[in-house]
Amino acid sequence: MPLGAFERLAMPHFERLYNFACWLTHDRDEAEDLVQETYVKALKGFSSFQPGTNFRAWIYKILRNSFLTSRTGLKGTTTVPLDLEADEPILPRAADTPESILLQRSDWQLVEQALEQLPVAYREVLLLCEVEEMSYQEISAALSIPMGTVMSRLSRARQALRAEVQTTKSAKAQEMQGSEPRG
Amino acid sequence: MICETWTEKLDAYLDGELPPGEERTLGEHLRTCSGCAAESLSRVQQKRAIHAAGQRFTPSPAFRARIQESITAPRRSRWNWFWLPVLATAMILVVAGVLSLVVNNSRRGETQLMSELADMHVATLASSNPVDVVSTDRHTVKPWFAGKIPFTFNLPELQDSAFVLVGAKVSYLNQSPGAELLFRTRQHQISAFIFQERALGSMRADDAVQGAVSFTVRSWSQNGLRYFVIGDASAQDLDKLRELLKAAG
Repeated sequence: MPLGAFERLAMPHFERLYNFACWLTHDRDEAEDLVQETYVKALKGFSSFQPGTNFRAWIYKILRNSFLTSRTGLKGTTTVPLDLEADEPILPRAADTPESILLQRSDWQLVEQALEQLPVAYREVLLLCEVEEMSYQEISAALSIPMGTVMSRLSRARQALRAEVQTTKSAKAQEMQGSEPRG
Repeated sequence: MICETWTEKLDAYLDGELPPGEERTLGEHLRTCSGCAAESLSRVQQKRAIHAAGQRFTPSPAFRARIQESITAPRRSRWNWFWLPVLATAMILVVAGVLSLVVNNSRRGETQLMSELADMHVATLASSNPVDVVSTDRHTVKPWFAGKIPFTFNLPELQDSAFVLVGAKVSYLNQSPGAELLFRTRQHQISAFIFQERALGSMRADDAVQGAVSFTVRSWSQNGLRYFVIGDASAQDLDKLRELLKAAG
């Protein structure tokens, strides 16, 4: 397959791959190394790529696998909760009301902080779905997990994010109450 | 109040991943259930917030250039090898094209010359005064050209041949004067044109293109002069006349 074809397919994903790599590694230098490694591996293995199949899922899979074998990746994945894939029903958050959720204010900073706190497995599936806007099928291919797992993991990741945001919000509210002068 | 039946499917609905049937049903439910609608709105806001917050990191132009180079550099070296046969083929095609153009131009020039000679021969035959000097005597015809054309030539003795000299006149080709001799053999009339080689310029006659005109043509060079013999007689007749003129040369 001509190398020009690789460039045409791979370069449009460059910015997004870098962004994804930064979210995974939390370090810009490491993210650059990861992206570089991804492109080198993808170029080397391009002959094995089947034209007509999903290139985006293919190159994200390479990046994600490279991350998992990196030092940060190995460290990050050890913090994944053991019940991550537990087949438990996802309960409705009856106590939540639209007004009670800080996200309704679109507080991106809080969401950013919450995303950083999430385990890698939750963070990556959320980023692929919400930022990269991949279909469940693409996510399944990129992360090498079944579709059912994509759905349950996404749901738990969203719940975890909400919980993280609410915790931060409560902590900030308490902080503000404590600092108010007593009259 | 949130309907538990739908809660689990709400994410898939908002991600556009529900089957069409379920999507429609849930859509209808959301229009009538305020609790689910509020939950749906909350999740949409969360999706938007993650989408915006998630696009946080931008690579530097230097890093982009480095990646670009790393995937295009091997291509450059391969480019040379990959395109070499293509370039070679292109070069051959260009050279062949130029040669073909030159040959075609030359061929066109030859065809043009033959056409002109044929026209001059036909004009002579059609004229009520085909020649300016009417004489069967070569010793009359040859001196007649003195001062009219910038060269001289010899005429053959035709007494024992099948040819008769009818007469002659001055003709022009490429704005250069030359001699046109008119011969007859049986009922056929044959024109013999004599021009200086240099007067023809790039115009060249080739036997291969003589078929382009309906007449039989013979052409040769002798003593810096170019001879053309053209007529509707047979090729053998023209060959004989050519030999006679050559011998007189």
